[in-house]
Amino acid sequence: MKPNAYSLVRTDDLEQASALLAEGGWGSKPVAGCQSLGAMLNLRLVQPDTLLDLDAFASLRATTDTGSAIRFGAMTTHAAIEDKRVPDPSQGLMPFVARGIAYRAVRNRGTLGGSLCHADPTADWVSTMPLLGATLHVVGPAGLRDIAARDFMTSAYETQLVDGEILIAISVPKYESGMQWSYRKLCRKTGELAHAMACGLRDVHDGTERVVMGALNGAPHIIERQGLMTELLQPAAREKIVLQAAPDLEYDRRQPLIEMLRLVALDMEKTR
Amino acid sequence: MSALPIEFPAVETTDVKLNINDRWYQLTLQPRTHLADALRDHCGLTATHVGCEQGVCGACTVEVDGAPQRSCLQSAKRFEGRQIRTLEAYDHDPLMAQLRAAFSTEHALQCGYCTPGMLMTARDIVQRLPQADEARVCEELAGNLCRCTGYVGIVRAILRVLRERAGSVSTLGETHAP
Repeated sequence: MKPNAYSLVRTDDLEQASALLAEGGWGSKPVAGCQSLGAMLNLRLVQPDTLLDLDAFASLRATTDTGSAIRFGAMTTHAAIEDKRVPDPSQGLMPFVARGIAYRAVRNRGTLGGSLCHADPTADWVSTMPLLGATLHVVGPAGLRDIAARDFMTSAYETQLVDGEILIAISVPKYESGMQWSYRKLCRKTGELAHAMACGLRDVHDGTERVVMGALNGAPHIIERQGLMTELLQPAAREKIVLQAAPDLEYDRRQPLIEMLRLVALDMEKTR
Repeated sequence: MSALPIEFPAVETTDVKLNINDRWYQLTLQPRTHLADALRDHCGLTATHVGCEQGVCGACTVEVDGAPQRSCLQSAKRFEGRQIRTLEAYDHDPLMAQLRAAFSTEHALQCGYCTPGMLMTARDIVQRLPQADEARVCEELAGNLCRCTGYVGIVRAILRVLRERAGSVSTLGETHAP
């Protein structure tokens, strides 16, 4: 129950940090809040040689308003989002999601960016960020690049990040009051990772209707089309969508997911 | 059969300077040593308990810069420059005294293993959510496991303190009313 030995490296220069990670390759990982990684280190599920401490970078904690979006520093904690100590662009969705992540003592240290990069399929932000159409800002050996949240996670615990790349910020577009959302997850105990998850968004301004199914075997599945919420009120349509999204999901995980989709569609009816 | 070809990495040590309960501790630790082990094994502060070491049970909860955090989940080195408070720091804290009395009155502990973490979390609930009802207290307590009491006594104890404080606040309000 103790981690394998590792070195903890600090630098206050992001470019240097990126170079160190690129040089270290597979055994070098950046560490943000360490709330998921810490447990995996203790269980020796991960055994890195070197951890790069991201606490040194104040810029990763800064949140700015860019006009059309809120740009969250990657090290923004779940608790800061829950308490609305940072602006909320999402009509209440992000604070709601944040409050449901693990436990308060974990939320005080765990971060938005860390959770996205850890890419646990059952975690909350990996499904919420594609739902909100967020953009991830990454710095690496080849300079800066932007990645759409829907493309970021490639499979369980795998993202598009290459060696040496660090997620520095996440931009979430601002939504106005015509946006409705629903966020449903199934946990047998408050705060545990979800067994089934579905969330939906409908924006009257541009007619967007989007649903994300999370807690699958790999990356979340995103569906976006007109009339989707009405479609989801039909049992046969829900089943078809889930079978297409996750054909290998076993029966007792598939059924709750179908039910989650029904609840998402009903939530939209209620708030219309 | 020959031994498994496992190579363990070299173990290094590093100097760690921590501010715990308003005292400075100069320690020599391995980078992998987490804060809970540093507190217990290197500072002699054994009120902080180590339970699951996966961030689930909450027995190791301490206060960092005024907010509760797990002390089992990361290197003690990462707590440099932060204000750490463990249960030992609350001997003369009026709110903690109130919580201790309520825990005793309501039978909120049996073996006591979870109690340090419960008290840290309880103090945070009372300060941050003075309006919390029973459902909210249960939700907030999900991050602390107790295998003896069935939680009923713990929830009652916290609700009792919330009630007592709500009462004292409204009395003050009346006194100062024009």
